[in-house]
Amino acid sequence: MINELLFMNGYVGYVMSAFGFTLLSFLGLYTITKLQFVKEQSKFVAKFGSLNPEKANSAKKQRINKEILADATNN
Amino acid sequence: MFKILEPNKIFQITSKAPKYILFLFVVVLTVGLTEALILSPEDYKQSDAVRIMYVHVPSAWISLGIFSSITLLSISGFIFKNKNFFLMSKSLAPSGFVFNIIALVTGAIWGKPTWGTWWAWDARVTSMLILALFFAMYLIAWRIYEKEEKVFKITTFITVVGIINVPITKYSVEWWNTLHQPASINILTKSSIHSSMLFPLLLMTAAFALFSLLIFLMKYNTELIKIKNKGLDRL
Repeated sequence: MINELLFMNGYVGYVMSAFGFTLLSFLGLYTITKLQFVKEQSKFVAKFGSLNPEKANSAKKQRINKEILADATNN
Repeated sequence: MFKILEPNKIFQITSKAPKYILFLFVVVLTVGLTEALILSPEDYKQSDAVRIMYVHVPSAWISLGIFSSITLLSISGFIFKNKNFFLMSKSLAPSGFVFNIIALVTGAIWGKPTWGTWWAWDARVTSMLILALFFAMYLIAWRIYEKEEKVFKITTFITVVGIINVPITKYSVEWWNTLHQPASINILTKSSIHSSMLFPLLLMTAAFALFSLLIFLMKYNTELIKIKNKGLDRL
């Protein structure tokens, strides 16, 4: 069975390069998307931190802003 | 009418969902890979080269499905004057493009042992390449144009023209005499694929669909935070 998986009747190079390319593409896309998300989240937290208390309170009234801050804290 | 789709309400769900989707994706992908690489039988003609089908076919299906979805969402955005549809459409495109590239590359890898060549200007292969160009134009348009109204119009135009290519891709193997084999799976008539190969194919399709959902949610959340960042600048 291990021999079958290792050689695949001579097609192992084709099969593994197809699966390898797919999984590497997944990893690449996931990493880029995650980095973009973290970058925007950090930008949001930094901007929020620089607001004066009055503006921060007004911004915090929006539910989505609270969610973003909570999510950033959890991560 | 689309109050449920308001970003403020939707973020509560979309911010929490990715970790569960990622877990489910890893589980389904692990089972799918075991089935595709070890448990499923080899083909009597193609031998083990047939295993490439388990990554090639789901990628092609999903890229076609995503392009159809972004077209539908873009048109809906115009009809209902809802910006959120464009945001969803933009968030779907990167995974659609990547799946299209995967379908082309794995198709080339599969072509070498079965057709004897990496590439052929066959109707199915060429129409998939054209689809990749439409995905690329769509993504580039979002980067080039900054004015919302303009980018909405241009991206919708690209998808409306590009959608013509989707049925051509689907039926190219029936309309023209191509190197590419005809569809083995048919919803309306009996499929010619054996259940021992159909099961891993469906598992891998489920795993790929979960991955595109994961990327969609992460990208959508990023876009929402970008909007909120602009909002904070205006305070």
